[in-house]
Amino acid sequence: MPKAASKSGKRATAEEMASRQRDISVSEFFAKNRHLLGFDNPRKALLTTVKEAVDNALDACEEGGILPEIHVTLLQLSESRFKVTIRDNGPGIVRKQIENIFGKLLYGSKFHRMKMSRGQQGIGISAAGMYGLMTTGKPVKIISKTKNKPAHEVTLKIDTSKNKPEVVTDRESSNADKYFPEGHGTMVTIEMEGRYQKGKQSVDEYLEQTAIANPHAWFVYVNPANETMEFPRGVDELPEEAREIKPHPKGIELGTLIQMMERADGGNVTSFLQNEFSRVGQRKASELIQTADKKTSKTLTPRSRINTLGHDEAEALYNAIQETSIMAPPTDCLVPIGSRAMLAGLLKEVKGEFYSAATRPPSVYRGNPFQIEVAIAYGGKLSSEESARVLRFANRVPLLYQQSACSSFKAVMETSWKNYGLSQPRNGMPVGPLVVLIHMASVWVPFTSESKEAIADYDEIRKEMRLALQECGRKLGIYLRRRSRMKKEAERRSVFERYIGEISKVCEAVTGMDGKEIYKALQEQAARKTAEADTRLDEDGKVVEPVSRLDDDEQVIILRDAITETDEETNDDGSLFEGTRLASPSARAKKKQTKSRKKTTRKVR
Amino acid sequence: MATKKTTKKTAKKTAKKTAKKTPSKKSTAKRSRSVSVERDKVTSSKIVKMVEGVAKSSLAQTDPFLDIPVRSVSNMKFNTRKRILEMGENTQRRTLFNVGQARKFMQGVLLSKGCKELIEADKTLSLRGMYYMSLHTIEGTNEKTFNDQGESDGILEDLEVTLNGLREELHVFAKKRGTMVGNITIKDNGDEINCRKMGTGGYAIPSICEPDVIEFEKCEADFVLHVEKDTVWSRFNEDRFWEEHNCILTEGSGQPPRGVRRLLHRLNKELGLPIYCLLDCDPWGHYIYSVIKQGSINLAFESQRMAVPDAKFIGIRSDDYDRCDLSTDVRIALNDRDIARANQIADYPWFLDRKPWQKEIRTMLANGFKMEVESLITKDISYVTEVYVPERLKKKDFLD
Repeated sequence: MPKAASKSGKRATAEEMASRQRDISVSEFFAKNRHLLGFDNPRKALLTTVKEAVDNALDACEEGGILPEIHVTLLQLSESRFKVTIRDNGPGIVRKQIENIFGKLLYGSKFHRMKMSRGQQGIGISAAGMYGLMTTGKPVKIISKTKNKPAHEVTLKIDTSKNKPEVVTDRESSNADKYFPEGHGTMVTIEMEGRYQKGKQSVDEYLEQTAIANPHAWFVYVNPANETMEFPRGVDELPEEAREIKPHPKGIELGTLIQMMERADGGNVTSFLQNEFSRVGQRKASELIQTADKKTSKTLTPRSRINTLGHDEAEALYNAIQETSIMAPPTDCLVPIGSRAMLAGLLKEVKGEFYSAATRPPSVYRGNPFQIEVAIAYGGKLSSEESARVLRFANRVPLLYQQSACSSFKAVMETSWKNYGLSQPRNGMPVGPLVVLIHMASVWVPFTSESKEAIADYDEIRKEMRLALQECGRKLGIYLRRRSRMKKEAERRSVFERYIGEISKVCEAVTGMDGKEIYKALQEQAARKTAEADTRLDEDGKVVEPVSRLDDDEQVIILRDAITETDEETNDDGSLFEGTRLASPSARAKKKQTKSRKKTTRKVR
Repeated sequence: MATKKTTKKTAKKTAKKTAKKTPSKKSTAKRSRSVSVERDKVTSSKIVKMVEGVAKSSLAQTDPFLDIPVRSVSNMKFNTRKRILEMGENTQRRTLFNVGQARKFMQGVLLSKGCKELIEADKTLSLRGMYYMSLHTIEGTNEKTFNDQGESDGILEDLEVTLNGLREELHVFAKKRGTMVGNITIKDNGDEINCRKMGTGGYAIPSICEPDVIEFEKCEADFVLHVEKDTVWSRFNEDRFWEEHNCILTEGSGQPPRGVRRLLHRLNKELGLPIYCLLDCDPWGHYIYSVIKQGSINLAFESQRMAVPDAKFIGIRSDDYDRCDLSTDVRIALNDRDIARANQIADYPWFLDRKPWQKEIRTMLANGFKMEVESLITKDISYVTEVYVPERLKKKDFLD
């Protein structure tokens, strides 16, 4: 036994171990666990970098009340090295905040508040900078200009062991003014290891989808092949600014509650509850305190000082919250994209023939208000052989990874698309020329991981998604049925017209009557009997006789000239659909914008 | 040798006797010509009237239509007095502006034009020829007017009933089927045919047996023996049965075609010859008898000119198995379809009031087997011609 003890003596003593035990900085932790932030591989790292920078840029512009114009440039330095530059026209960053924002993990304006925004934790962009530094050794370069002040050019490194920024160079640069024609903005350049590949989960796809969900933003993208792509605006107004709200009692966990109580600077329980939470007034506060009082051996009165309360009282309070019915949180803090803007976004990036959108009323999960929106595009030039494409968004940010883990994906699968005229394999995605856009707006989007790739599967969320999908699906069903009816009518007519010639010839041969006259008469009759096939449209693009309720639906757009003819024999005179018809004047305006997009060329620099 | 002598004798005897039966009004080719011209005029004007109706309703902006009598059991009734099947009054309206009917409508009109052209040219065509005559690609499409002959055949039958004219009147004929031999001389389109000298093959009964084509010249026969099929007919012909029994021997290759039925009808009506049928003992044999006697359901509109209500059924019958002491090998078990069909036939109104027939069908069902005429060969090669049929004829033992 003593031998064994001496042997174990070679191992560490508690003191020795203590000497090695020290703080792990957040930056160090993430440096070793970069996959948690979306830097698993070079390809994804490139995307994540662009994504974090663009998300920040959009958030900044919107908060500053500026219509965003964002330039993304990927410059390929070597096979696996890229220089990523993102420039926006936002309000800019004041000098002393630059290093904190770009050089420190978990620093930001968004983490501590309940407000709908793209970024949440404040790790994204600084993690990208850190990744660049780690893979290339090059610091991040930031040029930022605020209104009426000279531009600053700062290069900085992040000290991973201390989670502290380290400024390398710092100078005022009047030279940089050319980047900011509006007099303000920020430009970030990160040199990093990466891999560029087009297609799914690429920077291209991310920007395309961001343009759909943010039709108020203008993007200019230069890819590594030096091709410039522009994504112009679909609408010219900023979304309303999201209001900040206080947490709802039902959404709070016990630990968080205790933390909040500790952090509170004095006052009694009543004012604590009233000030820190939404939907708690004086009456609700005393009701909560009364219920909580019964749950603990200690006494709890409305006048109890908050910093005298211990764990017992906190738990009692927590349980009281769970039992008491509290009004749902305010939902005016949410800013949905809106049916009109979603349609505008889809219209300019997806070439379909039928578009429909639905915005659900706000709802609540775990005390967090949220709102689901769905838009679909169908037909046109979309591929009819493949499964439907699902574009997922959380607070206007496209989600490109982990589709099958996402609540939205499950919602699409469990919707019965067969009812709406699409084919759908058992327990699968619908098959057909369909693009589904699902957006979740919330003050706190429940992601399955820190890399923000999939929305967690809460029943309340999935239910709202399903209802929105059904709303759009129903309209698609109506449209498809009408389309097939019109097609059938046209087919009917062509059947008649085919035989009319034969019959009038026989009539002439047998009776000696004028065959041409008979032909004309029969053709008139055929046209009358199949009148629906060429529903006439007036100059406003509206159907002269109302054919269906879709026509007056603000949330539906039908592009008649985009309708694909699968059967060429269908219309001999080509008159099945005439001209372009849009559902509403606003939709027509959007159409103009699509046309302008067509003009957008892929210029080679 | 002995039998041969007797046959010759009887043949001579009957020849004298039946000379009287030669049709009194000896029709000439010329005369029938004028008959047919008259008939063609009528048919032609019917077609013009029908197409005029289509043209007029087209000009009047109404949906052109053809009212086509329904050719199915539902629109067929049994005339108990005449004992033939007749077509009812039900018609089905076929219109141009109906997606399901447009093509058929066009085909009907097209075929009527073809028929009119045939009549004007005074020529006849087979069903297949008719199909080709109206076959073309519709202008501006790659659709053909007819996909196959079957399509045109069906439409032609519709046209017959619509115009209330026979196929023959439309100058269309079917493939010929059926054979005749016996103590009769006929004129077929002016050519004299002596049916006593037809060798082993016999006279092929044409599809059109209208008086203007087939004329009866000289007939000495006492009756007509119709057998179901060619093989049995050959047996009778080789044994010179028609000579010995002074009769006409016909066969219809199963369900007799219109030509055979029309001929039987005319032999019965114009020459007064009784018709005896020798058919299999099975539901299909029974139905052949029924068609000869009352007419068929599909062609109920022609029963008037085809049915032979006093045709008699010689055999073979279900009790022949015991009566003739046949070997067990000839039994063919009834299958489910046979049983169902037998019950169906027993329920036809024209069988329903015939007790012997009800008994016959019941016996067959009780036996559980059917028999073909050929089964008699197991007794002796010529048993059927020398014993079976002569016995039945002598005893006048028929089913009616």
